[in-house]
Amino acid sequence: MPSTAVRPRRGGGLRRGEARSGWLFVAPAVIITAVFLVIPIALAFWVSLSDWNGFQSPLNPRVNFVGLENYAAITVDEGLDRRNFGISVRNNLYYVLLVVPLQTILSLLLAIQVNRAALRGKGFFRTAFYFPSVTSTVAIVIVFQFLFTASGAVNAVIGAFGIDGPDWFNDSTGLVHGALSAFGVSGPPPALAEPGFLGISAWEWLAGPSVAMSSLIMLAIFTTSGTFMLLFLAALQSIGAEIDEATLMDGAGPVRKFFSVTVPMLRPTLFTVLTLGLIGSWQVFDQIYVLGGASAGGTISTPAFLAYRSSFVDLEWGQGAAIAFILFLFIIVLTLLQRWFLKERGPKKRKKSSTSPSTTTEDSAASATAFTVDGGLR
Amino acid sequence: MTTTTPEVDAPKRSFTRRKRIGTRARTSMLIGYLILIGLALIYIYPFIISIAASFKTDAEATQNALSLIPDTVTFAAYERLFGDVPFPQWAGNTLLISTIVTVGRVFFDSLAGYALSRLHFRGRTVVFVAFIAILSVPGVVLLIPRFLILQQLGLYDTYGGMIIPLLSTAAGVFIMKQFFDSIPVSIEEAARIDGAGTFRVYWTIVLPMARPALVTLFILSFQGSWNELGHFIVSRQSPELNTLTTGVASLVSGQLGSGNQFPLQLAAAVLMTIPVAVLFFIFQKRIMNTTEGGEKG
Repeated sequence: MPSTAVRPRRGGGLRRGEARSGWLFVAPAVIITAVFLVIPIALAFWVSLSDWNGFQSPLNPRVNFVGLENYAAITVDEGLDRRNFGISVRNNLYYVLLVVPLQTILSLLLAIQVNRAALRGKGFFRTAFYFPSVTSTVAIVIVFQFLFTASGAVNAVIGAFGIDGPDWFNDSTGLVHGALSAFGVSGPPPALAEPGFLGISAWEWLAGPSVAMSSLIMLAIFTTSGTFMLLFLAALQSIGAEIDEATLMDGAGPVRKFFSVTVPMLRPTLFTVLTLGLIGSWQVFDQIYVLGGASAGGTISTPAFLAYRSSFVDLEWGQGAAIAFILFLFIIVLTLLQRWFLKERGPKKRKKSSTSPSTTTEDSAASATAFTVDGGLR
Repeated sequence: MTTTTPEVDAPKRSFTRRKRIGTRARTSMLIGYLILIGLALIYIYPFIISIAASFKTDAEATQNALSLIPDTVTFAAYERLFGDVPFPQWAGNTLLISTIVTVGRVFFDSLAGYALSRLHFRGRTVVFVAFIAILSVPGVVLLIPRFLILQQLGLYDTYGGMIIPLLSTAAGVFIMKQFFDSIPVSIEEAARIDGAGTFRVYWTIVLPMARPALVTLFILSFQGSWNELGHFIVSRQSPELNTLTTGVASLVSGQLGSGNQFPLQLAAAVLMTIPVAVLFFIFQKRIMNTTEGGEKG
């Protein structure tokens, strides 16, 4: 990062009052961030260690410190709370496992197709693929509910191929369970029925995403692929000439060119897209909230939504805050890992091309995308 | 393109070679177009049939989802949105809030970004590192904390509580700081030697130069606050303070009588998307510009 601190000091007169203006300039941003981000997080941490039930202030003297009780309730104590948490973790895990690779592959495919030199109507295609990314999740959920309703457009289309579509958003059947029942396996073998991690049996862990969750997975891929396509596009264009030269030299076919030239050169962007996707998909909330969260037999609930529901609906504020903090820690770890890997990679890359402008373009594009993926600037 | 051999030297050979490559290239291009058009249809068609369905009757929207032209065109859904449903109030709230939030973010974030990039003051590095750290705080875990602090401050269920927490973002500060780092200082220095105050230099010289970054921040902020849902769920409860996102979300949970009411919901979705879509089309070049910049590099 270029720093202006290395500039030689000028005469005191010119810099007069600069310290004061400096603090004055950053004051609004610092105060807003401190009051509405740092202090609230500390407050919520206290709530996660207390028995506050939502009445009066969490700081009033009748609220008791209960230690890690709330954390225990959702992780080690047997009961419904732990079960709900376990199920939400499972749901979100399948969501991540499918959304991250699929959106990466699709956005890369879109970028490569849209990047073709001879393509006509480039602007049209880019707009078409990017447009879902700018619309509100609420609007997209409405559109998807309409498309995926039992008598909706999707079932009409697959019905034309003789397939009887499900009632997507209300179907709680896990995909793996569904596939197994097609082979006559409709219940767990005794070995898999025992309660396991977080009180969920292995049979339930292996259920796969429910049909309802699969619809949400498609929704996520639909809305994020455009954003990630732009990231890949930026990278492809900055390395475009090199790829063409390399291919001209050895006359490789398109498939070989893709795997042995394009993919390795895109590795940094690929890494960014994968980690941004990973971080973003553990935060899925808006869609679940709009759909009510409790539908489809609880198979679309996620930790983020459960944190909200435990607090605002069930008034179990301590537990809600505890879930939020577990999620918080987990995502922070993912983010730190990402930054650490990027740093590891940094110096090597710089050696190769010290003045490459593509690096900064890519980085700023990446950071801008990180913010939009997070649902706008927060 | 691929044939560099002058045709005069070996006309026959060059001709056949070009023809072979030409057919192959054409086939692959045709396949490419077919894939692209297919994909574009998948991306666009849902929006088109949604618009169509918003002009259908409830029964037709449910039974005949795929058709593009309604059998009977009805504006009933739109009439209800402006009659039974307080849609105009939601739109008004969203417009008010996102306008203030956008202006606030552009101003406060550019101010802070400028100070962190240019002004020398004790603690600057600490402030910047703190902003970087805050960048990694996932938005979704802020829902409970935000509610708690608004309740403590007596701002819960007020416009103030809905607006003030959104007025500045670490991400915006970061974008602006990065931008100011990338432009030369010489012009400002000249102005300062002329004796202009720091704020005057910022306001009359720096801001006009920072237009590209300000526009980026403007687009991100407007889109972000227009589409914001989570914060408005936890910062209010009065129906009068519903924004488009919370209000339209309440339509989905079926608070208005029986049936799925797809036309009504879709009409609301269409209307709430228009402003963001307009913004997107106005700034389309700039939004996609990240891309074009890379091309030159």
